[in-house]
Amino acid sequence: MARKLLLANINVPGINTLEVYRQKGGYRAVEKALKTMTPDEVVEEVKKSGLRGRGGAGFPTGMKWSFLAKPEGVPRYLVCNGDESEPGTFKDRFLMTYIPHALIEGMIVSSYALGAKVSYIYVRGEMMPQIRILEKAIAEAKAAGLLGKNILGTGYDLELYVQPGGGAYICGEETALLESLEGKRGNPRLKPPFPAVSGLYGSPTVVNNVESIAATVPIINDGGEEYAKIGIERSTGTKLISASGNINKPGVYEIELGVPVEEFIYSDEYCGGIANGKRFKAMVAGGSSVPILPANLATKTAKGESRLMTYESLADGGFVSGSSMGSGGFIVFDEDQCIVRNTWNFARFYHHESCGQCSPCREGTGWMEKILHRLEYGHGSFSDMDLLVDVSKKIEGNTICPLGDASAWPVASAIRHFRDEFEWHVSNREESQIRNYGLAHYADPLEPLVQS
Amino acid sequence: MADDVKFKVSIDGIPVEVAPGTTILNAARQIGGDIVPPAMCYYSKLEGSGGKCRTCLVKVSKGSEKDPRPMPKLVASCRTTVMDGMEVLNITSPEVVEARKGVVEILLLNHPLDCPICDQAGECKLQDLGYEHGSAATRYEFERRTFEKIDIGDKIQLHMTRCILCYRCVYTADQITNQRVHGVLGRGDASEISTYIEKAIDNDFSGNIIDVCPVGALTDKTFRFKNRVWFTKPVDAHRDCPTCSGKVTLWYKGEEVLRVTARKDVYGEVEEFICNTCRFDKKATVDWVIDGPRHIENTSVISANHYELPAPPPVIKKNLRLQEANKEQLERAVKL
Ligand SMILES: Cc1cc2nc3c(=O)[nH]c(=O)nc-3n(C[C@H](O)[C@H](O)[C@H](O)COP(=O)(O)O)c2cc1C
Ligand code: SF4
Ligand code: FES
Repeated sequence: MARKLLLANINVPGINTLEVYRQKGGYRAVEKALKTMTPDEVVEEVKKSGLRGRGGAGFPTGMKWSFLAKPEGVPRYLVCNGDESEPGTFKDRFLMTYIPHALIEGMIVSSYALGAKVSYIYVRGEMMPQIRILEKAIAEAKAAGLLGKNILGTGYDLELYVQPGGGAYICGEETALLESLEGKRGNPRLKPPFPAVSGLYGSPTVVNNVESIAATVPIINDGGEEYAKIGIERSTGTKLISASGNINKPGVYEIELGVPVEEFIYSDEYCGGIANGKRFKAMVAGGSSVPILPANLATKTAKGESRLMTYESLADGGFVSGSSMGSGGFIVFDEDQCIVRNTWNFARFYHHESCGQCSPCREGTGWMEKILHRLEYGHGSFSDMDLLVDVSKKIEGNTICPLGDASAWPVASAIRHFRDEFEWHVSNREESQIRNYGLAHYADPLEPLVQS
Repeated sequence: MADDVKFKVSIDGIPVEVAPGTTILNAARQIGGDIVPPAMCYYSKLEGSGGKCRTCLVKVSKGSEKDPRPMPKLVASCRTTVMDGMEVLNITSPEVVEARKGVVEILLLNHPLDCPICDQAGECKLQDLGYEHGSAATRYEFERRTFEKIDIGDKIQLHMTRCILCYRCVYTADQITNQRVHGVLGRGDASEISTYIEKAIDNDFSGNIIDVCPVGALTDKTFRFKNRVWFTKPVDAHRDCPTCSGKVTLWYKGEEVLRVTARKDVYGEVEEFICNTCRFDKKATVDWVIDGPRHIENTSVISANHYELPAPPPVIKKNLRLQEANKEQLERAVKL
């Protein structure tokens, strides 16, 4: 069995309560950090751990913390990003629902490291039950002297608030989140300035994902070096993966980074193989925004090596033959799934969620959706594929925030890898309305790379 | 930093020295000419504007003297400040030209292209942009988004169908009043400028939203369908106004003042905001002291109407043959 750091006690009855959580060793990290370490030492430990942001971009958390501006007399904020709205990603919700104190403990440790006296957990608006759970957990922690004034007699004060989100995917983008938290419309801000310099209410702010913050707990308990021993290269520690789609055991799994994709899909410890005896067709590794890969590129890189669940290996091959760890939303498609329909569905989501500030994303996402809709319903033409790729290029990199890129990548990658399936929807218009293209050659062994 | 510190920057290979904190766009405007990126949303008089339309994207091929690495993506020149030694490519970068063409196509995607019946035609920044940077045809084959027209008070009409969501009018409202009742509703391509159930913006300076609008989405109802702008003659005038500077441009057709606007520069930006009394209620020549014709760039269709007195170079006055050759142009001075 692989090591579990976040979910080790997830099946202990009552682990959602402070009492049981403490019995299982909870809040040791708070004691250790606040009583025996300076804030800088906590930052140092997180740096040593090699922890990378679990919200999508994978930016090293310790480094992000050390960029925080610390002007005299200005408050600093830690904001936890619990907006989790990416299709395919549901790991933060799991953590907040079943083991809320892991997040609260992480918030206390991280706020202490950053010198924040007030911190916020911004939770997706639709997750009302989780908001209640967190508020209850905060009340428990406060009653036990773990929050509020003079925590555990150390002289450190911290107030923690939960803020229900604005009900839009874009509010997960960190600057839109800050706008929304300030009570405004959740439009992403133009950067620079970055939140580390001017974030919430113009003060230096760190925004971190729920899982990133929870991961600081084992890092403080066992030390950064111990954490860094798990994993491969620059992908250290454990990661929550929310697995969905046509697999036998969908759910949230904690993996040690470095597990082969093939093992993750087929082993009984994780997904337990493709459901109903079907064959594996395609995979989205990290939530709807990352490039989709056909089965043969999902388990092997273009170089023929086994593809691993690490930031590096999932991205191996770049945009040509790789994907990305993203936020850990692992979606599996079997041979009965239609990639055109799926791409249309993703495009529809981004069209619906674009904030509308900048023109390429506002108009381009709608355009892509309409073209994909027409392809899916048998009205497309052969030139549509090139048009889609061109529109996606006109969006990618030209927008204010990465939602534009996130809308472009799934479309561009689907056409790159599944072009014949798209073309089949044009050449076999009527047939495409009654049956799907099927597995075709998407799981065939890769041809060895020709050295040029 | 001392006041006289200047950053050396080059744009399309043309060097210029600007004060720290200047944006790439404003540095380019100091050079002037073709290398100035088009700006549909940025408006120097409106704090916070810019960054949205993406027409002003440029390539930074060298970040600065200290850190010469190029920037990985194209940047919005209106909101990116220069660094010492920065090298910027605008019209000399095929990547920028291509991206801009994409932005123009995208801005026109849902635009009705109803120029023949639009009051803004002739002074529309989107028309100019499409002309200069767009392609002749669109690849968009779907139904375009439409909205009902909305009256903002009795003098201004909002025709959302034409709007490019530059947010300039929203920033104007923010700037003139801290009781803004007008903003953006909805999300993505369903966003719309709204006054919250058509509630009028009740402010002495509300008319300025007409001037800042780069397209025909906000129009002056006192001028609607009165005339094509290129048949009217812009004349600068002023009056002693208790509310604003009183410096305006009057748009004449014959003896009649059809429209009053603020004075706009080559980038379509007003020099000073004017009040609604000057704009809507003072439409007689007797209300005004005339300063003289307003200069309009000769690339504009408005100047095709030859309302300005030609100022022939001195050499023409001395040379009889040149006078012969320019007979028609010289006679125009008399016609006006
Ligand atoms: C459109 C969009 C949506 C996002 N949604 C989320 C989200 O729901 N949760 C999250 O943690 N990060 C989200 N992010 C990433 C955040 O902007 C930010 O990078 C992250 O919260 C940083 O935390 P980390 O460094 O701990 O990963 C989103 C980004 C974009 C562009
Ligand atoms: S890329 Fe899309 S979501 Fe992001 S700011 Fe622009 S319009 Fe808004
Ligand atoms: S003018 Fe710069 S983005 Fe619009």
